[in-house]
Amino acid sequence: MAKLPPNLAAATFADGVKAMQSAVGAEWVFTSDPDVALYRDAYSLFHDEPEERIASAAVAPKSVEEVQAVVRICNARGIPIYPISTGRNLGYGGAAPVYSGSVVLDLKRMNRILEVNEGNCSCLVEPGVSYFDMYKHLQATGSKLWLDVPDPGWGSMIGNALDSGGGYTAAPYRGHFEAQCGIEAVLGDGELLRTGMGAMPGSQTWQQYKMGIGPCLDGLFRQSSLGIVTKMGFWLFPQPEAYLSCSVDVQRFADIDPLIELVNELEYGNIFNGMPSVTSPVLTRGNPAMFAEIPAEAEMDRLVRETGLPAWRFSVSFYGPEKVIRAQWEHVQERFAHFDGVKFRENQTVKLPIPLEDMDKIAKNRFGIPSLDIFAVGSRSPSNPEPSHGHIWFSAIIPRSGKGMVEANRVMRQECARLNIPLFMFSPAVTCWTRSFVLFAAVPVSNDPEENKRLRASVLEVIQTCAKHGWGEYRTPPAFQDAVMNSYSFNDNILRRVNERIKDALDPNGIISVGRYGIWPKRLREGRGA
Amino acid sequence: MMRAILVFGAVLFAAVSAPGLAAGEPQAQPSAENGKLVFAKWCAPCHAPNPKLAGTLALQTKYQGKIPAALEQRSDLTPELIATFVRNGVAWMAPFRKTEVSDADLADIGAYLSKRPPSKKGKAR
Repeated sequence: MAKLPPNLAAATFADGVKAMQSAVGAEWVFTSDPDVALYRDAYSLFHDEPEERIASAAVAPKSVEEVQAVVRICNARGIPIYPISTGRNLGYGGAAPVYSGSVVLDLKRMNRILEVNEGNCSCLVEPGVSYFDMYKHLQATGSKLWLDVPDPGWGSMIGNALDSGGGYTAAPYRGHFEAQCGIEAVLGDGELLRTGMGAMPGSQTWQQYKMGIGPCLDGLFRQSSLGIVTKMGFWLFPQPEAYLSCSVDVQRFADIDPLIELVNELEYGNIFNGMPSVTSPVLTRGNPAMFAEIPAEAEMDRLVRETGLPAWRFSVSFYGPEKVIRAQWEHVQERFAHFDGVKFRENQTVKLPIPLEDMDKIAKNRFGIPSLDIFAVGSRSPSNPEPSHGHIWFSAIIPRSGKGMVEANRVMRQECARLNIPLFMFSPAVTCWTRSFVLFAAVPVSNDPEENKRLRASVLEVIQTCAKHGWGEYRTPPAFQDAVMNSYSFNDNILRRVNERIKDALDPNGIISVGRYGIWPKRLREGRGA
Repeated sequence: MMRAILVFGAVLFAAVSAPGLAAGEPQAQPSAENGKLVFAKWCAPCHAPNPKLAGTLALQTKYQGKIPAALEQRSDLTPELIATFVRNGVAWMAPFRKTEVSDADLADIGAYLSKRPPSKKGKAR
């Protein structure tokens, strides 16, 4: 059942809908209950509860001018709007608004690839362009460029970058917001802003230099309620000659600190450029996706002796000319040679481009090839006969050190056990970003409101526990956005307070993405939207 | 993370659907030919005949081979059933919005998968 915007006269809303129908065409304004239900978050932790975030309507403009028209219509009437790109941010809120009663601004129809610049290795796209779309385009045009893709390929390049998604290829491309270069955004009053060099009429370098002049405004649109991004540029990865993946196994608990220090030195010194990983064969022997709690040193060393499995495994990969990456791998081996009992292994060499018949031999996301393969982890299967109704992600930034990784693993594992939080993935050292680890835990959601209520309360406790240790989440579903923003509490939450000042200045009527990431317009600030 | 490797690259080259078709207006005559293209774009990444794909794996587990796990090999599908799953989702499969799969496209998928002669009217809501 669609929910009208709170505290807005029904006649004003109806008038707004009529104006939006004129602006974009009646067939692209969705108001019936079945149509609006398609904008529910399929993985909501509030499923079928009164607090579930439900839209009032959805509108799907085709152009920047139509977006501007819709924004002006809503701004004049105080109608809250919630932009989505492809609406596939599953596990972090999906297509549903943070504030019930918002009109979802569905940008899927804005799906033009405006430019691919082969010489500069960059592109400019609209929000509806998915990773599948861009891959198909690059293949069809014979491009020499690669994408960096997150796990599900149906997501929007822009939407994923704006929520700080990450991928799997070379370092400068894995952080998707970091790989952007140039944003166009519609502001709350309908004005159009271009960042960086795009602010100069006739600029020929919008996708070549991010900064432009003065304060760099790109960050205003990350996880933001300040504007609607209608274009974004990205840097793309020129296809390398070859790929090499290898691993380094070490045998003692105590090796973890020097191992990660050396991994960091080698990555920051550009000795390898592929996505590394640090895991523990002995602690993932039951299930590679479930990193067990790291035991005390003596116990872990005993487990290593008993099972014959390594204590730690550093997986390293290289992209480049084969001669060069072989020399880099040789150097990595020399640098790790002093670890007692170290074992080196070459896992895969791939010469590029990949012949079609070899596609089933490679990890597609390491080669910028989009897929939906990841969803198999939650499918009904012999090992998972009763699948869940979805999942949410817990995604904390933790220190990139052995000590930090061990501590975060233990604290999080113990908290999840204490609170009886079910997990289907626990992965303490993901490296989408080069300077920190991300601890990802995937929590299945239920269709039982009591269980979801319990899960919400439990995750809120984990957020507090992490904050006490100085670990903050980089991304979170709407159920926890206030709590996570509150945990960034230096100087009486000045981060949130400055964001609120900017919100008031740029969107004084408070219509865009109300409540997103804990930033509420003035009229709702007291109750945080309640 | 999942590292299952599957082949569906070829389907990504397929052009999909008639551009600019209104979301809420099914074509008078559903096109199985277009349905095949829409299926390739929106459904095959999980439902192609590969046992490692999410949808195919789920249906294999559910039916234990009593009926084919890959949707294109089924003979019991109706446009109504397909529309129910596309617009409501199931388990981890989230519903598809009309800006992704329009009612006309949905009717076309129905025509393609149900192997029925196309009816005069789209059955999707």
